[in-house]
Amino acid sequence: MTTIAADGQILDDHAHDADHKPAFFQRWFMSTNHKDIGTLYLIFAIIAGIIGGAISGMMRMELAEPGIQYLSGWVGAGASADEALHLWNVLITAHGLIMVFFMVMPAMIGGFGNWFVPLMIGAPDMAFPRMNNVSFWLLIPAFLLLLGSAFVPGGTGNGAGTGWTVYAPLSTSGSVGPAVDMAILSLHLAGASSILGAVNFITTIFNMRAPGMTLHKMPLFVWSVLVTAFLLLLALPVLAAAITMLLTDRNFGTTFFDAAGGGDPVLYQHLFWFFGHPEVYIMILPGFGMVSHIISTFSRKPIFGYLGMAYAMVAIGVVGFVVWAHHMFTTGMSVNVKMYFTAATMVIAVPTGIKIFSWIATMWGGSMTFKTPMVWALGFIFMFTVGGVTGVVLANGGIDDNLHDTYYVVAHFHYVLSLGAVFSIFAGFYYWFPKMSGRMYSELLGQLHFWIFFIGVNILFFPMHFLGNQSMPRRYPDYPEQFAYWNEIASIGYVVMAVGVLIFFVNIAWSLVAGRKAEANYWGEGATTLEWTLSSPPPFHQFETLPQIK
Amino acid sequence: MTHYVKAWILALGLILTPATVVAQDALPTAPGAEAAPVAASVDSEAPAAEITPASGLDPALYTPMKPTEGVGMPVDKGIDFQPQVSETGKQAKWINNVILLPIMTVICLIVLGLLFWVMIRFRRGANPEPSKTTHNTFIEVVWTVVPVLILLVIAVPSISLLAKQFEPAPEDALTVKITGYQWYWGYNYPDNGDFEIISNMLTEDEANARGEPFQLAVDNRMVIPVGKPVKMLITGADVIHSFALPAAWFKLDAVPGRINEKVMQIDEVGVYYGQCSELCGARHGFMPITVEVLPEDKFNDWVRANGGTVKGDEEAETDTAEAEGDAATAEEAASDDTTTEGAPADAAAAVN
Repeated sequence: MTTIAADGQILDDHAHDADHKPAFFQRWFMSTNHKDIGTLYLIFAIIAGIIGGAISGMMRMELAEPGIQYLSGWVGAGASADEALHLWNVLITAHGLIMVFFMVMPAMIGGFGNWFVPLMIGAPDMAFPRMNNVSFWLLIPAFLLLLGSAFVPGGTGNGAGTGWTVYAPLSTSGSVGPAVDMAILSLHLAGASSILGAVNFITTIFNMRAPGMTLHKMPLFVWSVLVTAFLLLLALPVLAAAITMLLTDRNFGTTFFDAAGGGDPVLYQHLFWFFGHPEVYIMILPGFGMVSHIISTFSRKPIFGYLGMAYAMVAIGVVGFVVWAHHMFTTGMSVNVKMYFTAATMVIAVPTGIKIFSWIATMWGGSMTFKTPMVWALGFIFMFTVGGVTGVVLANGGIDDNLHDTYYVVAHFHYVLSLGAVFSIFAGFYYWFPKMSGRMYSELLGQLHFWIFFIGVNILFFPMHFLGNQSMPRRYPDYPEQFAYWNEIASIGYVVMAVGVLIFFVNIAWSLVAGRKAEANYWGEGATTLEWTLSSPPPFHQFETLPQIK
Repeated sequence: MTHYVKAWILALGLILTPATVVAQDALPTAPGAEAAPVAASVDSEAPAAEITPASGLDPALYTPMKPTEGVGMPVDKGIDFQPQVSETGKQAKWINNVILLPIMTVICLIVLGLLFWVMIRFRRGANPEPSKTTHNTFIEVVWTVVPVLILLVIAVPSISLLAKQFEPAPEDALTVKITGYQWYWGYNYPDNGDFEIISNMLTEDEANARGEPFQLAVDNRMVIPVGKPVKMLITGADVIHSFALPAAWFKLDAVPGRINEKVMQIDEVGVYYGQCSELCGARHGFMPITVEVLPEDKFNDWVRANGGTVKGDEEAETDTAEAEGDAATAEEAASDDTTTEGAPADAAAAVN
């Protein structure tokens, strides 16, 4: 690397030129190019998002009014009422796992991370291009295992009906049959995929930055992916350990999580959430990075408080590892433990607040335009704030006693994920789609997508706060008729949101076919990171002469 | 309206997943209908006003109380918490509604206001030349320190609430052992001869016949005395369940192999509903909780009707002089604040 930089040019005595593209199969199935792998990740995430979103549509359909209307039809003729109810648990499990492991993570880390980390640090590719390909292709069997688990016995009926948390003993003695084993193996593969990806990102970011790009000059998106990669590297092995113990409890007679053999079901929850809480930051931190760039670009102003922004993410990552048991406030913890986790959890609000205010300060004094990526980023800031303050409510162990496992929690984490992470994904997608594809998207459809989606998700998720206050429990296929009103409103919201998503797909299709050709820096002077120095789309291999950072 | 919405979801669902097979068959039976090891015989023909005690217990001793609309249960279009009937519940609801909710609202409005302000004041039309400011130490210190102070304001009452919720039960507190099963609840009364109540969800017809909310009502309720701390020992028999009673701000997991303990004290007579709050399998949504809170003498009658023993009954038989004192008068005054543990000799005789 350094020799190339020193020489400026390298004489290539191999036959292929710098922009040689392999043939179709080799290019897309044996890829070692970070941009192609990033594209594969994004396509994968979109497909998984369609499936996960369709499952939530089935859920909102069933919940639109009291009573069981559709489940018995979906589960098929001849199935018992319990099998129909089990299908419900399979749906909620699949929705959670797909959205977390196969939609948000592949889109943010695999998709945008792969595409733009090398571009932003001025590197020709990722550090380990073949391992990068392995990371992606591990996801395919992982996803197939999860989808396949729905068609094999999982206890009461077909499929894994354990919830995405896979709590023992429902997932061990409570679910006989191969479905849960398949789901566990699916998580193993997805986890291995993410660990390999994390190793790759850490190595790339530490070793392949362009000359002059110190850590403190690194774009915030790269910072966010670096912090995320460390979270993945430290958290996922704990998940792997926990689900491996589940697997041996299920199949080989161990009793890690069975009190009858000296184990403890609550131990599983500690292990799961030691992974699970960092996981929620894994899903949001890259979004923070993307939103920072978008706000800066469309305000034509450098990011305000760059170091504070970078270290706020580091702080969120560090504190994120010591707050896990706030997911377990009702498991029977002692008062001192609850007090500690209450206090520690609330601390996270401070670096999060720093980020929100720094974004606003970045816009302050700026010269703002409101292109599609910017409206998504602005929507993100407000919706994430709403999800954040309800998080402070839930952080209080004493208050959580009533709200735990109710729709209030569902509302909270959909505000930070479905309205937070997903908003940032859409923001990043519109921001970089022309860079990736070489075609401008339709601004009209992009704005329409935002407004319909924004209205839809708020109608969908805001009433869930009310249902939670009224104590409607999560993961219920049916409910007392007192909960009917807000459930119907929420289902209407789903329809509105889904219309927004359809517009998104129309926009992609239209742009790819008829979109205007995008120039190198189509956002103008506000966009200052290295990817804007390259053509749209960038050459197959870039930065063969490393850029110098002043 | 509802059908219109569903048609739309259906249409979108079909667009998104062509393979999804959709049918509208209703479930053959109401879930939980066959889940009744202890059957409750209810004559659905009988007019609602004259329902015979569905409990199957001696009506002279115990008749299930009617729930009060809007208390101990959700309400249609409700947005706030259920009315709280325990001291810690009132405190928790106060903390949420008086401290947390206003702070949350103000923070959201400040952020929204700032967003609108910058969007209007610093739009390109109004401010064509952006400033290059990237630092302001003072403002950065302010927006770090102020949230810390706000969190301290929240933490103080929150921590004191936690301390109060974990106050240990007095030695003489009534103990109820609660067991979560797939998919019903069991309530043991070890202080009263350890009889067990098995509690299953009522079918829709049964619930309507008794004037109770469907999916919340059960055949045999958990009954506790009013205004007295109850030591709740909670465990699970098969998988993890969670015992929840929103009106008392109470929720504790029923974990197999563990016995979780917490005190619950309800200060108002009434019927309160809750639902299982940890995913426990197919009928997770169909194992509700009903707690009936009675004055102590009525509670004692309920214990006797279930064949249990009431503390003091035996002593009353052997030593009538001792029992006559406080206990007899307390029996007459069927007030909520009865504190005596004794029970009158004649009542005890009637049972034994």
